[in-house]
Amino acid sequence: MKNTTVTNDVAIQVTGLKKNFGDNQVLRGIDETIRKGEKVVVIGPSGSGKSTFLRCLNLLERPTEGRIFVHGDEITARGCNVDKLRQKMGMVFQHFNLFPHKTILENITLVPIHTGLMKRKEAEERAYSLLERIGLKEKALTYPNMLSGGQKQRVAIVRALAMSPEVMLFDEPTSALDPEMVGEVLSVMAELAEDGMTMVVVTHEMGFAREVGTRVLFMDEGLILEQDEPKAFFANPKHPRLVDFLSKVL
Amino acid sequence: MGFFTSLWQGFHSAIVRTFVTDDRYLIFAKGLQNTLVITLGALIVGIFIGVAVAVLKVYYYQVGPFKLWPSLGSFLRTGRLRYLNQVLLRLMDGFLNCYLTVFRGTPVVVQLMVWAFVVFSSTNEVLVAIIGFGINSGAYVAEIVRAGIMAVDKGQTEAGRSLGLSAWATMRLIVLPQAFKNVLPALSNEFIALLKETSIVGYIAVTDITKAAALVRARTFDAFIPLFFVASVYLIMVTILTYFQKKLETVLQASDRK
Repeated sequence: MKNTTVTNDVAIQVTGLKKNFGDNQVLRGIDETIRKGEKVVVIGPSGSGKSTFLRCLNLLERPTEGRIFVHGDEITARGCNVDKLRQKMGMVFQHFNLFPHKTILENITLVPIHTGLMKRKEAEERAYSLLERIGLKEKALTYPNMLSGGQKQRVAIVRALAMSPEVMLFDEPTSALDPEMVGEVLSVMAELAEDGMTMVVVTHEMGFAREVGTRVLFMDEGLILEQDEPKAFFANPKHPRLVDFLSKVL
Repeated sequence: MGFFTSLWQGFHSAIVRTFVTDDRYLIFAKGLQNTLVITLGALIVGIFIGVAVAVLKVYYYQVGPFKLWPSLGSFLRTGRLRYLNQVLLRLMDGFLNCYLTVFRGTPVVVQLMVWAFVVFSSTNEVLVAIIGFGINSGAYVAEIVRAGIMAVDKGQTEAGRSLGLSAWATMRLIVLPQAFKNVLPALSNEFIALLKETSIVGYIAVTDITKAAALVRARTFDAFIPLFFVASVYLIMVTILTYFQKKLETVLQASDRK
């Protein structure tokens, strides 16, 4: 058991993570420890496996090999209650994935009520206060279709927050947005970071990585090739692939 | 007597003979009742079977598909329940495929007679008809609903699961409502077809409204009135069904408004 090293301040520990899609090896052995309160930003070219890595963390993808521990519990163990685990790990998707047949309010309260986390009244009060924080309280009774992309993504973040997660995963949250809407989403995420949330963010927003991230990982071809705190990461990249990547995106 | 007067009198006496003499309207009433009971019963059975089959098939393709012999071999070698599960799921999918093939591949009137004369030989022919039409309709509904489920974006399932909903809760609360909306027109089609298909239950000695017309026709030797009457009744029922379909579509489209 490698798990003996887990201490109280570790949020997520990943050892020897591999993922194949058929013959295609997308993750080729990832070892990574994420501590509570860290804001880890994952960057890399498309096809590098960064989204797959993120999706393995809440088992939206089943790892082919390797083990993942969340707050000390092995989630890759057989018989692990995946649903319970996911209630403590919020996820935000590139394409928002709001439920189009539910109002904004129902989008936020549906799961807390259904899973018995909260009573309806409590869930709605919480939803309204969360919506107020992102300035969309008056949209509570409308449907997702009536919102802009930036508004949808902010609602999606709030929907995840309604479950009071301990970790938030972001899978390219601004990649599907019009440029002028990127800022509003990033500022909600920055606020969340300030509140001390543990965050893992896959993104192409280098500014966000620099300013909000506490650590940046560079992935390519299924491996983490380099990582550092943001200042050093961007000022002094070492791996030739990273130097090349940064020269193209910065 | 003018031409039109005699035409009217002939028409009038035909109507009287068809509906009034010997209280023949009661035959039509009984027939209509049977048509409605069979249609409604088969509808409920069909939806239940159809949704269940569709969900099971979609589930199988989400976790699988598996190959029967390799999975069975792995189970026998390792004894791990995971492989036994794969074998069972594969068998289930095979069984469902057989169901779809057989019941969509043979005429419903033949199926109905098999139920009535081979399987049940019961005296409750209406119940037999409900079962026969329900199981037949279920095969069509299954494919319609499956198409609807597959048309719902995968991200919807992922969002539901990522929030901590179980697979079944995600299906029920998130996917199926959207799938239902997608396939409402196709489902209505199926129900309209079902309503009209019940006109063959005369084959197993149930007096539905079509059979009622045939019975009356045999007594009065007049075909025009009973047949056009029955045709109108079907038309009216289908029109009512279509009306409710449109209403339901409008309600479900509330979330589409921009």
